[in-house]
Amino acid sequence: MITIIDYGSGNICSVENALSRLGAEYELTADPARILQADKVILPGVGNAAAAMENLREKGLCEVVRSIRRPVLGICVGMQLMCRSSEEGPVSCLGIFDTEVKRFVETPDAKVPHMGWNSLGNTEGKLFKGLPKESFVYFVHSYYAGLCPDTIAVCSHGGVMFSAALRYENFYGTQFHPEKSGTAGELILSNFLAL
Amino acid sequence: MVAKRIIPCLDVKDGQVVKGINFEGLREVGDAVGMGVQYAADGADELVYLDISATREGRNTFTQLVRRIAAGINIPFTVGGGIAAVEDAARLLEAGADKISVNSAAIADPSLISRIAEKYGSQFVVVAIDAKCIDGQWRCTTHGGSRLTGLELFSWALEAQERGAGEILFTSMDHDGTCAGYADEVYARLSDMLSIPIIASGGAGCVEDIRRVLTEGRADAALAASIFHYGQIPIPGLKRALKAANVNVRL
Repeated sequence: MITIIDYGSGNICSVENALSRLGAEYELTADPARILQADKVILPGVGNAAAAMENLREKGLCEVVRSIRRPVLGICVGMQLMCRSSEEGPVSCLGIFDTEVKRFVETPDAKVPHMGWNSLGNTEGKLFKGLPKESFVYFVHSYYAGLCPDTIAVCSHGGVMFSAALRYENFYGTQFHPEKSGTAGELILSNFLAL
Repeated sequence: MVAKRIIPCLDVKDGQVVKGINFEGLREVGDAVGMGVQYAADGADELVYLDISATREGRNTFTQLVRRIAAGINIPFTVGGGIAAVEDAARLLEAGADKISVNSAAIADPSLISRIAEKYGSQFVVVAIDAKCIDGQWRCTTHGGSRLTGLELFSWALEAQERGAGEILFTSMDHDGTCAGYADEVYARLSDMLSIPIIASGGAGCVEDIRRVLTEGRADAALAASIFHYGQIPIPGLKRALKAANVNVRL
């Protein structure tokens, strides 16, 4: 069973729809026991990182997420919450990935939010198995995680190279939305489900 | 670099996709969900579904259809038509829309833009503007192009951005349905003036029209309906042609 962590992080029906299209069974829960029993866990997230972090804390889920030993996938703000901290607040986060989340600086060439399809570079590991080089995926974000040893895919916007995906042990995160990234996104989600 | 987007627009009436010429003489062309799935498979970057009957006939928007679209397609989509309150936007978000577009209601009450943007973020709010050129001045229209307002296009677009619009979708009523090219110079001016993405709409007749609006017109996305619906320009071939012409598109 796949568990989507339900912590009031905004709209998650696109993640549910994507899992349904892949024929995966899932449940939505904030129950620590269910989360710790799951085969795979997805930490979704849209909106403000500080508010999302506060929701996780209120539901007593920070330590629960850190103690998961099965594969975890944080998506967008879900990924950012797994970093050390975010400038959006600022707020101290879960500290799983060894990097900080910063705001993009707007320039004439780089609109903020970074929204739309952009290509992935330096993809490594099972999450990207079978994915053609420089595949495009869909991003919507104003804050980014800097490069670090946990980076497993990069992307660039306005001259800033940032982490498009991160991995530390069983924890994975994508800044982009695989659930909205066409067939490339479906492949990445399937790869996660097959871990 | 973010890719230029190709966006088929599906005008929906009673769950069926229709496309009119200058918003008149509507004619049915297909099933809204099935066409969306096909467009996504063909490489469309995003879809726009407009409930064209909503404003004119005061009908409610098409939440159930949006739910089915969200379940069926794997790319982002925008819905519009008759969104007059934050609650309308909330209902469509909950049904699975990635963005909503507001048009007539935002002109009637510009605070609608800021109220939706503050609650759900600018990335969720597209401000659609239908305008026509009268005596050298671009004037906004409402209610599917049927009512002329005193609002001027460029000042309204700037105000929409300042109020929190995430994108501007500008349709030239003079070009729409003509298949004679987009209003390139208007898009170039909007693009220079604004810092948010501009979606060009109205007038696509051939690949070259689309190439031009994305380069000389500096639009971030090109939206079209009939040339896609009637199969005149298949999307895979269009994107290969754009790529060959050095336009950054997703293949």
